[in-house]
Amino acid sequence: MGKVGIIGVGQSAFVRGYPGSIKELTFEGFREAMQDAQISTEDIESSIVCSSPEYDKQRSPAGVLSEYLGLIPQPTCYLETLCSSSSMGVRMGYSLIKSGLHDVVAIIGFQKMSEITSAESQERMGRGADLQWESPFGTMMPAYYAMYARAHMDKYGTTSEDLASIRVKASTYGQINDKAVYRKAVTMDKLTDPESKMAGPVASPLRVGDCCANADGSSCIIMASEEKAKALSKKPIWVLGVGAASTAVNMSGRDLFTGLTVAKDAATEAYKMAGVSPKDINVAEVHDCFTIAELMAYDNLGFAEPGKGVELIRNKETYKDGSIPVNIDGGLLSKGHPIGATGGSQIRTIVKQLRGEAEEMQVKDPEIGLVHNIGGVGLYGNVTILGR
Amino acid sequence: MSTKEIDDRFKKFGTVSFTSVSKINDFIDYLEQGKVMGTKCRDCGMKFFPPRADCFKCLTSNMDWFEVSEAGKLISFSKLQYGPVGFENDLPYTIAVLDFGEYKVFGRVSDKVPEDDLQVGMDMKVAVNELPNGQKNFVFEKA
Repeated sequence: MGKVGIIGVGQSAFVRGYPGSIKELTFEGFREAMQDAQISTEDIESSIVCSSPEYDKQRSPAGVLSEYLGLIPQPTCYLETLCSSSSMGVRMGYSLIKSGLHDVVAIIGFQKMSEITSAESQERMGRGADLQWESPFGTMMPAYYAMYARAHMDKYGTTSEDLASIRVKASTYGQINDKAVYRKAVTMDKLTDPESKMAGPVASPLRVGDCCANADGSSCIIMASEEKAKALSKKPIWVLGVGAASTAVNMSGRDLFTGLTVAKDAATEAYKMAGVSPKDINVAEVHDCFTIAELMAYDNLGFAEPGKGVELIRNKETYKDGSIPVNIDGGLLSKGHPIGATGGSQIRTIVKQLRGEAEEMQVKDPEIGLVHNIGGVGLYGNVTILGR
Repeated sequence: MSTKEIDDRFKKFGTVSFTSVSKINDFIDYLEQGKVMGTKCRDCGMKFFPPRADCFKCLTSNMDWFEVSEAGKLISFSKLQYGPVGFENDLPYTIAVLDFGEYKVFGRVSDKVPEDDLQVGMDMKVAVNELPNGQKNFVFEKA
């Protein structure tokens, strides 16, 4: 059985309050991927539509969106693993192609988080955990990641300034990414000065500047069998590994609080499939929904020994010219995080890096790239390894 | 005509309960007696917290109740400045996880314990708590 390639990538700009419907929003990422791949809708044999249903007003979006994109009568379905939905979509697309069922599959991620009011959103936030046993205590996403941050600080001596330095790095590149929702410079002062809004507490020890923003956005990844990829594309990027894992949703079922087991497990599988090790990775996108999440990813992906990940940011090794450049598109912290579209956006960034098309964000001549995409508070994990 | 009575005791749990019907509704009766209880599989001996009605290893539903009465170690905690809809009057409050060895417990820290007194690794115990709106939950206090 041959390889699986990526022949087209696209995303909309990630924005607050997209002035259009979910169909029009999804069209933007799709159009960019189709123009990138230079194929027609008849070439696409199946689609997988990825989002997180708590923000959808449209019931069963796959049908409505595939019609709008001109992908009927081909089969389509909806796939959800919270924030890692579109990476899981790529994993499912990989298996559809590997099985021989289809040769060309489109993975369509979208989220219009502004589809519901902020009051509705706040209400849904309360149900984002173990509904029976955690939600009645009044839980929020930042507070869970904050517990990981606290445990990390206690065990490894990580400081709030270390976390802030992740945000400073993100803004360095967010400023040069025209798809990002947050494009302003963020200085250490802005994150640490008690008078500054960005230093305000959210859930201790995390502050406003440690958290990414909601956004509306879409993404699209077009995947093809080796034969089709070579026939249709001048520069296919190959999918070398698609690792995935899950764990207990309730914190009482977790054994690790200084890292995410799903990231470790998914990375182990992806490295094994790809036949590469962490030192072979030349550029990475990691799921920095909160600053602590990026720091934990350094360890969990094997870029550093456990607890030593903080040295990577202190020594700027994860900047563009460092030994392992991470989130050179500004990450979720700058781009914003439209749940179902996020994984596809991360994969798009790495595909562009490997093709040498990342312009001002381009890392020097990368051959192998990695995408780390997490669903929920480390509930689902996907690690995807791509190569030229 | 008889109407079937619905056992919705679980609606009593927490500031806002999102679940009313569950097979482990006796948890609420124990809570009202001042006890926080988990379940233990009669077939394999595995302890579960939160309590569950079914054992995924044995595929049986033979559970005994046990009380969470020892001290556990504080794994981590976070004080929330923002909460979901329905929790506005509780803010700020602190969530935490305690490690009891065979199982862990997720819950809230008692309002009587200031955040500055909390340290990862410290011993804490579980106590039943009545909320201002008459609902019940459990909180962690210094052991």
